[in-house]
Amino acid sequence: MKVTLLGPQRRPTLEGVAASLYPDGPVATVTAGWQERECDDAELSRLLGARDVNLRLYQRWLDVQERDPVFAACERRLAELLGELQDLYLLRLDHALQAVYAVGRRGGDRLRSSVLAEAIETVRELDTAHLRGAGAVRGEFYQRLAPHARPVIAEHRAEVAGLLGGAAALVVAGGHVGVLADTLHLFNVAAALGSPVIAWSAGAMALSERIVLFHDRSAHGPGHPEVLGSGLSVLHGVVPLPHARARLLLDDTPRMAVFARRFAPARCVLLETGTRLDIRGDGDFPPGTRMLAADGHVTTLEAA
Amino acid sequence: MVSRFLARYQVPIVEGSRCTFLFRGEADEVRLVHRIFGLPERIPLRRLHGTDLWYLVLELPDGSRVEYQLEITRGGRSERINDPLNPHLAHSPLGSSSVCYARGYEVPEWTQPDPESRPGSLVELTVPSRALRRACRVTLYLPARFRRTARYPLLIVHDGGDYLSYAAAQTVLDNLIHRLDVAETIVAFVYPGDRLVEYANSAAHARYLTAELVPRLEEEFPLADGPSARCLMGASFGAVAALSTAYRYPDVYGSLLLQSGSFVFTDIGNDHGGGPAFEPVVRFVNRYRAAPRRVADRVFVSCGVYEPLIIRNRSMVPTFEAAGMAVRYVEARDGHSWENWRDRLREGLSWIFPGPQKFYYE
Repeated sequence: MKVTLLGPQRRPTLEGVAASLYPDGPVATVTAGWQERECDDAELSRLLGARDVNLRLYQRWLDVQERDPVFAACERRLAELLGELQDLYLLRLDHALQAVYAVGRRGGDRLRSSVLAEAIETVRELDTAHLRGAGAVRGEFYQRLAPHARPVIAEHRAEVAGLLGGAAALVVAGGHVGVLADTLHLFNVAAALGSPVIAWSAGAMALSERIVLFHDRSAHGPGHPEVLGSGLSVLHGVVPLPHARARLLLDDTPRMAVFARRFAPARCVLLETGTRLDIRGDGDFPPGTRMLAADGHVTTLEAA
Repeated sequence: MVSRFLARYQVPIVEGSRCTFLFRGEADEVRLVHRIFGLPERIPLRRLHGTDLWYLVLELPDGSRVEYQLEITRGGRSERINDPLNPHLAHSPLGSSSVCYARGYEVPEWTQPDPESRPGSLVELTVPSRALRRACRVTLYLPARFRRTARYPLLIVHDGGDYLSYAAAQTVLDNLIHRLDVAETIVAFVYPGDRLVEYANSAAHARYLTAELVPRLEEEFPLADGPSARCLMGASFGAVAALSTAYRYPDVYGSLLLQSGSFVFTDIGNDHGGGPAFEPVVRFVNRYRAAPRRVADRVFVSCGVYEPLIIRNRSMVPTFEAAGMAVRYVEARDGHSWENWRDRLREGLSWIFPGPQKFYYE
């Protein structure tokens, strides 16, 4: 699968990228992350030369809410359960990361680096366990509700697969990454995906194996980066970091080092304004890719 | 010359940490009256020789915000007035006072109306209370884009009318929700009857909130279930009311937001210095400190360092922590005032009910 990741599109680069890579044919778009504004995609359409076909995943989800109330009620309960799980994970994560930072602040001890590695390993195990736990809850939900067998969802899935089948490329915009990932999962986009993908911001995050939320500049101070759940796994071995400069304390190298080591061997890749990364089929990132190094500095990938 | 000088400067004149307070006029004495804990309550201004200009230079630490008045004495009679040379005023139920913004203090822009922010709506309710034996007024804030199909956390705010009038609560909620700093929240602004009775560890007040108001709101509005979606908030005596209500119903409220709580206590003896209204408060706080109990999961505590209550509030932090609650404690160079409480709302509310900003990557 060929994937192109872009930086945030406030100053759009999509037009040139899409025209050069995929000059012909319809382009499927996903703007579900925009939620109620999903259909306000005139600018996106212009950038794609009016070749766009919006999959309207959010509108489809609203339709499911209305026409399949049993599924909708179960989905609300699932959301509450996952929210509770996330809260408990965050509680544990807070203590685990405080321990990491406390060990990291200790200077000069001979044992510090091995103890720090152990403390980070504890966080990694917690992340893994949370991902597994959230996946199990979702898996049980999907098994019990069998979305493929529910007429409303099956109807939408078939339509989405049809639209994707005829598309030269899929473009996934940003927005609310949770809503975006949920709708992509619900309408089984990964299974129907045969075309290359262009994505940015939340769109890039939703394509990865693990969705990692991060915001060091929130109103009440730096929050802990947290694993939200599984993405589409179209991208492997990467944690996309859109708006990295604006959202992360990149100058706090001990903090960034923990970030990088926590998610290794996945690469924590910065997606800033103007970024374009064409990722080859084997998942390798091109030279020039900027990422967090294990020492917490931002490093640039050089040609092999 | 004095007129030309005054025309050139914003009064008080702030030069680094030095703040010069001025008064122009005939008087026998002029004093600065303030409530900065640690300084004399009334500080005399000096008359500039040969003029009718009075001045006082105070060193104020960076970021300070100080409310004050001038006391003018003429012919043995004194009156307190707001500083006629200073356009900045702060308001409270007791009236207005002048405000000095020291170096580094800026009115937070999120406390000011923002045309980009979609306004929530205010709905007036009357809740008949058997516990309080009166019809209780509640002003309910519903966030913009309120939907019956969604589920919202509930914030109950003591002295709700004052928070709306003097702490710009509606504007703050509109802005913080719009900016995704705070979750879309339903806010119940409640009004006291006899405040010094109802807010001073009153069983009737706690019963009203928990057994009457919350069930009524849950019946009529789409509220999320569980303690983690409920928060009690209050300032001064309102903070005592919030804490004592959670103390009586420890499994109902997941969070408390306590601003400049009147947590007066005694370590020995009975001399608490608060007067008769504080007697039930002191009994409650002494009991709580003797046997701290977990009454919520999370407690946000804020206090101004220029308040006499700062020591009491600092003392409560380890007490809350010892009870096993997660505590976020914030101090500000400010006093016991509504604008201090307003300025801390972003930090407090975004910690209690964080908005979905971490989910958005545009």
